[in-house]
Amino acid sequence: MSLAHYLTLAIALFTIGLIGVVLRRNLLVAFMSIELMLNGVNLSFIAFSRYLGDMQGQMAAFFIVILAAAEAAVGLAIIVLLFRRQGSVQSNLFQNLKDRIEV
Amino acid sequence: MTLAWIILLPLLGAIINGYHAMSCTLRKQKVITGMVNFVGVGLPFIAFLIALSQGIPFILGAEEPLRETLFSWITVGNLHIEAGLCLDRLSTLMILIITGVGTLIHLYSIGYMKCDPGYAKYFAYLNLFLTSMLILVLADNLVLMFLGWEGVGLCSYLLIGFWFEDKAKAQAGKKAFIVNRIGDVGFLLAIFGLGVLLLPGISEGASIFNFEYIESKMSLIAPSTIFWMSSPIILTLLLFVGATGKSAQIPLYVWLPDAMAGPTPVSALIHAATMVTAGVYMIARLDFLFDAAPATLNVIAIIGASTALFASLIAIVQNDIKKVLAYSTVSQLGYMFLAMGVGAYAYGVFHLMTHAFFKACLFLGSGSVIHAMSGEQDIRKMGGLKKALPITSMTFLIATITIAGLPPFAAFFSKDHILWKTYSHGHTVLWVMGLLAAFGTAFYMFRLYFLTFTGKSRVSEEAKAHLHESPFNMTFALVVLAVLSAVAGFLGLPEVLGGHDWIKHWLNLGAGSAKAHSAHDHAMELILMGVSVAVAACAILLAFLLYRNGLEGPERRARAMQPIHNLLTNKFYVDEIYDAIIVRPIRSLSQSVFFRVVDQKLINEVFVNGSGKVLSWLGSCVSRIQNGFVNRYAFYFLLAVSVFLGIWVIN
Repeated sequence: MSLAHYLTLAIALFTIGLIGVVLRRNLLVAFMSIELMLNGVNLSFIAFSRYLGDMQGQMAAFFIVILAAAEAAVGLAIIVLLFRRQGSVQSNLFQNLKDRIEV
Repeated sequence: MTLAWIILLPLLGAIINGYHAMSCTLRKQKVITGMVNFVGVGLPFIAFLIALSQGIPFILGAEEPLRETLFSWITVGNLHIEAGLCLDRLSTLMILIITGVGTLIHLYSIGYMKCDPGYAKYFAYLNLFLTSMLILVLADNLVLMFLGWEGVGLCSYLLIGFWFEDKAKAQAGKKAFIVNRIGDVGFLLAIFGLGVLLLPGISEGASIFNFEYIESKMSLIAPSTIFWMSSPIILTLLLFVGATGKSAQIPLYVWLPDAMAGPTPVSALIHAATMVTAGVYMIARLDFLFDAAPATLNVIAIIGASTALFASLIAIVQNDIKKVLAYSTVSQLGYMFLAMGVGAYAYGVFHLMTHAFFKACLFLGSGSVIHAMSGEQDIRKMGGLKKALPITSMTFLIATITIAGLPPFAAFFSKDHILWKTYSHGHTVLWVMGLLAAFGTAFYMFRLYFLTFTGKSRVSEEAKAHLHESPFNMTFALVVLAVLSAVAGFLGLPEVLGGHDWIKHWLNLGAGSAKAHSAHDHAMELILMGVSVAVAACAILLAFLLYRNGLEGPERRARAMQPIHNLLTNKFYVDEIYDAIIVRPIRSLSQSVFFRVVDQKLINEVFVNGSGKVLSWLGSCVSRIQNGFVNRYAFYFLLAVSVFLGIWVIN
């Protein structure tokens, strides 16, 4: 399998994640889509690392894994709190978090 | 540094006294009079001594000017302006008058201002006045001169409005300041004009506003034009506008009579040693430029003669002792400008000097009278003061004879020189005007003298109670000035009377002074001299006959000539005319256009509020993007990133 295959898969993962983030209203799904995007990036890092024989790409992948874990902890906590408040995690229910405009 | 000290000493006095005045007011302490006297009078006196020590070589005949460059003041591109001082014969005469007469006036002020709460402040201003005037006179370039020029304007404002609690006096100060400002615009424009002419062809490091440099470039200035008119004429006319402001000529003389609101020694200082002489000095300093503009000289001569006549007519009917003297100053300044206008610069300066002596003496004398009368200035309420004020009346009489132009007192020589030069220049009409003004001068001055010092006393009982001769420091100044005004004329003893006309040869100003010499008609000069003495004598006799016995007779006659008398008492309605054609239109224009439209509508609504409104409207447009849909934010992200990536890829 060549580098191109890996990269195609990575782009596919990233794009699916991106579409999920933009289109889905359910915050939990959007959250999982972000994980997909991160993993797509991870995959491309590791593929390049193997291809170039450079360990730095794998280092970056580890960092992203750690970051994703931290993000999951904080993000899930927020989602839980939002759910407690509204009984749902639909993003359009939380519009009133925006800044109020007074002209 | 010696020349600089002449300026710095009064400045030091101003700073020390000003600081003292301020700290005393803040801590509510009493002013330490001794210290103020020592600083306020002592430092100008030391400056006078230095001026004398520096001036003696020039008096004895030295010609090479003494120059001092203090520091480089302004350097922009190839424009260099240096703070440089220059002492030559003309400025020697001036600094001796300024520091000498100035010191006497300071000395006099000790007595006059004794009980005033603003004592230290007064001396601070007075010293600052001397400083500014000395800068003006010692400057070796136009820009530094302008600094002094503005300085005297500022100080006159401060001192005329010295008793600013009185609204009328504060307004008189403002009037002086504003009228002077109008003149200053002319002066400033002339400086700019010179800069425009000279700056393009400047050699490296030269200081273009230097008088010497301007003189050396006259060949360049003379043929050039500004707005299709010969540039010497434009420049000198603009400078003359400045001079009419400072030296109180038609049409800008109106501030000077109102300037009487200040303390009397201040009037003496403004009229004798500083301020009003600035215009005359400036013309004498730039004689080479004015020589190149005969048209301007004619304008100056006409304005000068008209001012002399006009002011002397007004002075005839004034009843305020200081107002009479104020109009007399305007009239005498008219003579000086007449002299300048006929190219007799040296005689103008000569009259400036004699005028400084006798006018200072007259003002200080009137101050002494006012002091004795506890503030009364109306000569209708005086009379018979000779007994109570022997020294004052004696010195006042000497100065009055001097200004009337009787030989051998000083003004006879100086005024007669001017009239003779006017006549020999062919300006017969102006000569007649000058002669009439001389008649008026002798008449109103002796009217003033008779009404104040002789005849029956019309003094009120309460004022009579503490009528007293002034203290020694006041009478001392009077005596010195009276002696000076009696003898100073011999400096310019004309050749026809066996003198050498020393002052003219010594000052050696203007191109005309050398060549007019040959065309001397001795017989004619003697005849004219006789005429002017006769005129003065007639005027004095008339004043004696009319006013010897007080006011009843003259007042009856005044009623018979009601219209003329009204015209004169109201000063030809000049203030009213100015008010109607200048002040009011400007005020209504400011009110209706500049305030209502420009300020309220344009600046306030359009610029200030308008810019705020536009920005907040723009902000509200953009803030619509922030709609609370998190997914859409992510979409904006996506859009932006793809745009930037797209640009990156294309490049």
